[in-house]
Amino acid sequence: MKYTRTFKTNNYNFKDIKTLLAKASPLRSADELAGIASVSEIERAVAQWVLADLPLTEFLEELLIPPEDDEVSRLILESHDQTAFAQISSLTVGGFREWLLNDATSDADIAGVRWGLTPEMTAAVSKIMRNQDLIAVAKRCAVTTRFRNTIGLPGRISTRLQPNHPTDDPKGIAASVLDGLLYGNGDAVIGINPATDSPKNVANLLRLLDDIIGQHQIPTQSCVLAHVTTTLELMRSGAPVDLVFQSIAGTEAANKSFGINLALLAEAKETALALGRGTVGNNLMYFETGQGSALSANAHHGIDAQTCEARAYAVARAFSPLLVNTVVGFIGPEYLFDGKQIIRAGLEDHFCGKLLGLPMGCDVCYTNHAEADQNDMDNLMTLLAVAGCTFIMGIPGGDDIMLAYQTTSFHDALYLRRVLGLRPAPEFEDWLDRMGIFDGNNALSQSIEPPKLSGAIRQLMGN
Amino acid sequence: MGDPWMELRQFTQARIALGRAGHAVPTQALLDFQLAHAEARDAVHFPWDIDAFAGQVHDLGEEAVILSTSVSSRSEYLRRPDLGRALTEASRTRLNNLQASAVDVALIVTNGLSSTAVERHGIPLLQAIVKGFRSRQISIAPVALVANGRVALADEIGSVLAAKLAIIVVGERPGLSAADSLGLYLTFAPRPGNTDAERNCISNIRPPEGFGYAEATAKLLYLTGEALRRGKSGVTLKDDMDTENLVLQTIIELD
Repeated sequence: MKYTRTFKTNNYNFKDIKTLLAKASPLRSADELAGIASVSEIERAVAQWVLADLPLTEFLEELLIPPEDDEVSRLILESHDQTAFAQISSLTVGGFREWLLNDATSDADIAGVRWGLTPEMTAAVSKIMRNQDLIAVAKRCAVTTRFRNTIGLPGRISTRLQPNHPTDDPKGIAASVLDGLLYGNGDAVIGINPATDSPKNVANLLRLLDDIIGQHQIPTQSCVLAHVTTTLELMRSGAPVDLVFQSIAGTEAANKSFGINLALLAEAKETALALGRGTVGNNLMYFETGQGSALSANAHHGIDAQTCEARAYAVARAFSPLLVNTVVGFIGPEYLFDGKQIIRAGLEDHFCGKLLGLPMGCDVCYTNHAEADQNDMDNLMTLLAVAGCTFIMGIPGGDDIMLAYQTTSFHDALYLRRVLGLRPAPEFEDWLDRMGIFDGNNALSQSIEPPKLSGAIRQLMGN
Repeated sequence: MGDPWMELRQFTQARIALGRAGHAVPTQALLDFQLAHAEARDAVHFPWDIDAFAGQVHDLGEEAVILSTSVSSRSEYLRRPDLGRALTEASRTRLNNLQASAVDVALIVTNGLSSTAVERHGIPLLQAIVKGFRSRQISIAPVALVANGRVALADEIGSVLAAKLAIIVVGERPGLSAADSLGLYLTFAPRPGNTDAERNCISNIRPPEGFGYAEATAKLLYLTGEALRRGKSGVTLKDDMDTENLVLQTIIELD
């Protein structure tokens, strides 16, 4: 056994890095379900101790999945930059934590090692970090992306306006879009989860959003979160596609269960780029992820949920996305049991994503069969906003009537702006001020003049 | 402070135009949310009267067979989805013995995460589906009823019954304004190990707010026909149907 430690009179053996990572993971139901979690708190603490002593170079020697069996592993190997890695190559996992927190390490130094890091290294160090460490280091990682506005600047937080409707009714969706805009939401994207993935339906929704954005000259982008094959087909038939959406995971087998592979994502990205719809930049992929997705597809290769998740970020960053969203509590209590596990996972995902250079947002959410409530979401959203989270969701009242779960509301973003002074993307903030929705001071207008979107409301009412 | 666009509420059940107290929601909206969450939480743990349901399936003129997974409690069901994907040995044997002639479709019903949904919409939906299949001469196996099942349970049942297609009706996880929504999943050539990419889904069956029974059945009949004709299901079987026309046509046909 390579990874062993004696504590008091007991020997603890971890047969490989994969096992060590799983045993060192803060407790979550996904790893228990997979049968790879620590059986005791002591075993977990000892595993963290052993993990802290592991040299980072070990992650380049011992691979979690044989590259010949898994294209994500090949991608991780091929995209690893030895030159960027040189600055930290002598460190252990524990030493890396201290390097990240050290005042002598500049934010630029941290950004400089991005491509020298494998997702497994970021997952490993996160496992020996407290929540405050995850927040403090993530805050040091600025990631800026652009399509029709600038997302991720320091001191700002954006929102995805999510106007879902159970039957994709255009008027119902338009009503939620207007409500969200009037509450200052929607700068990350106006993004609909369609109730049905049929090309005709998706095309109708794309046109609806394109009309609203075009008519009111809103500096933002739209997305209908259909399967990438549907979006590809629609791009070829001339539908107005801004962002290409896809759910992704950290193993080839899990991606296969989603009906995708790297070549398909590359094809979709190239097709979208050729449309030339971005005005200030060309980041146009929108990915969603979440701990437990590989396990739920029975495609985790014995790797713990959080490490699988970090590997999904290696897939994401190969496509320079505009947005990456970890949908942290959506998957249910068999993966993240309660508020405590959801909060921890949200902070881990945001940290790992940012460290790898991704525009990381978080769907701060839970389902009704999880042991969680809106107070847990208040906690996670506040912690993430302090950590510099790129964007959160905005949904009417925090209640998604199509996907049947709860997330953050339009009002929640206003709360973060109020208590932390965080602003929307600059182009979008200017638009909110011009429209009379915001007051010029990052808050809703108190003016008795109705905002300029009133015309759109009358139009929807049919008079 | 109320919102001047209150009238938009007629277009959606979403919590729009809530008004505000400073940056926050008004007290009434806060309390409404908490109450709805309490209702949804209770719906998750509501039991399903499977015997009564079997009786109602008989009343539709269909055979029903009650099967089990090894899940022993609702709380275990929530933590161990793997147990909800497999039949007990006894149920598998029972199903094996039941097998008579080859059928087109294995039809399965489980309460999933909302017993309320199956109790409220299960029978009328089955009635529409059964009628549709009869009119198209599509043969179905006895309806399998399983408490605490997961979607992938359809793979095993469909495979044991040697059905060309497995269709499972499942209670979807409750949302705040929708604690009673049903989902339908269709898989061609069901066998253990099918992935989600091989399934087609119709969700939000919950009249009057969500999809209606006839509308969902029309979609299902279309997908069933295409899956049988083209020998596949899932992301490669696109849902290209012109919904409105076909729904109308099928409703007329079923009447």
